[in-house]
Amino acid sequence: MTGGEDGALGEIVDGVRRRRPRAIGRAISIVEAGGPRRDTLMDLIDGTPPPVVGLTGPPGAGKSTLIAALVSAAREAGKRVAVLAVDPSSPFSGGALLGDRLRMTRHSGDTEVFIRSMATRGHGGGLSAAALEATAILGAAGFDTVFVESVGVGQSEVGIMSIADLVLVVLNPGTGDEIQTLKAGVMEIGDVYIINKADLAGADDLERALRHAQLVIPGTEHRAEICRTVAADGTGVPELYAATGDLLARLDEDGALDRRRRVRVTAAWEQLAGDLLRQWLRERGGVPPAGRVRFGELRDRLWALMDEVLGDTGTGGET
Amino acid sequence: MENTVRILIAKPGLDGHDRGAKYIARALRDAGYEVIYSGIRQTPEAIVEMAIQEDVQFVGLSLLSGAHMALFPRVVDLLREHDAGDIVVFGGGIIPGPDVYELQEAGVRAVFPPGTPIKKVIDFIEATRQELPAL
Ligand SMILES: Nc1nc2c(ncn2[C@@H]2O[C@H](COP(=O)(O)OP(=O)(O)OP(=O)(O)O)[C@@H](O)[C@H]2O)c(=O)[nH]1
Ligand SMILES: [Mg+2]
Repeated sequence: MTGGEDGALGEIVDGVRRRRPRAIGRAISIVEAGGPRRDTLMDLIDGTPPPVVGLTGPPGAGKSTLIAALVSAAREAGKRVAVLAVDPSSPFSGGALLGDRLRMTRHSGDTEVFIRSMATRGHGGGLSAAALEATAILGAAGFDTVFVESVGVGQSEVGIMSIADLVLVVLNPGTGDEIQTLKAGVMEIGDVYIINKADLAGADDLERALRHAQLVIPGTEHRAEICRTVAADGTGVPELYAATGDLLARLDEDGALDRRRRVRVTAAWEQLAGDLLRQWLRERGGVPPAGRVRFGELRDRLWALMDEVLGDTGTGGET
Repeated sequence: MENTVRILIAKPGLDGHDRGAKYIARALRDAGYEVIYSGIRQTPEAIVEMAIQEDVQFVGLSLLSGAHMALFPRVVDLLREHDAGDIVVFGGGIIPGPDVYELQEAGVRAVFPPGTPIKKVIDFIEATRQELPAL
């Protein structure tokens, strides 16, 4: 693990910039693995993510099929497109079965499309912590747009906001009654609500329920958009693709995208602070006091440790 | 850093039965691996493209019968052509003894007949992952 390592990383980064799939694939694995190589790689990559469009919604709503159709629309517009399909890791075995790209095989052989499946690897929020870094890698590789699929169960759909500039919530007819129960989670994060499988009975009811809910684009005063699609045959997808582009432009003008990015950086900053502190505690901060302790005691002890390290209050007794 | 093993389970060829492939995909998931399932009727070109994008260490090819002598070595060759010769290819299906040797000579690392206990596949993966470069 010496200079040769950095050399190899440099080669990978070079390959990413030259849009070589092998290098892009490797680079994403390195950020997934984490550790010092990830940090070095990301320093070298130094890329800004392209617009990231997140799709979330209940299992089987048609997210993957819809992404495949959106990719077709983007390709017709001459864009290079990447897809990150995120699925949960099993909490028991740590394994994962990643089957989203099964729905996207029509793009195989198209060198301007890159599809990668990721497992959450125990991170909450339904999104792999590495997914954000993967979007930067894909940006460095010259992709114009990244679609991210993340299954929405319970609270996890909120995680899509930690990565996506724009959030599309995919719903199906027959789920109108669920809107009330979904409201606290998924119904607060969407910029666009999609009635997919609009070929099935109940699309009108769902649309009525959605309009009645008066959904608002997060961080703005605008109404969220409502679209109908049949992802399976592409109906409504060109319109959805166009609406997505318009909305991104509008939110950008509005400053909303910048505000969202700032929120994301803040969240990443706080997450990192937690991670670093945890690491420091394990390496040097010692163990918590033995026996029965109160939370207050733990907190006081942590503050004391932090004062000692940062030396910023003088109360910790600098040595 | 311990590598997480990623495996592509792919189904080349024309037969549309994927119960076996899905069974093995689930079993390997339960063994703690990240398994990407390709779907049926994939060409060797499509399989290699997936293996590279997904950056798997293993590709498991499942084929009930027929064209294994053409398809399995083709996947191995294409991987090598794409600077991905380090990806380990194994296969499963009804494959006659002499063909097994020929496939192994062509670079298919292991061939499992139908009904192989999943433990044997896992043992193969665990033994082989030791040779792989650290991430
Ligand atoms: N009738 C109908 N079926 C659809 C439509 N879109 C997708 N489907 C079907 O719905 C099923 C699930 O589609 P997927 O795209 O895998 O759904 P998903 O939301 O990605 O599923 P998970 O990733 O498992 O959560 C498939 O059988 C699709 O063919 C549609 O517009 N109409
Ligand atoms: Mg899916």
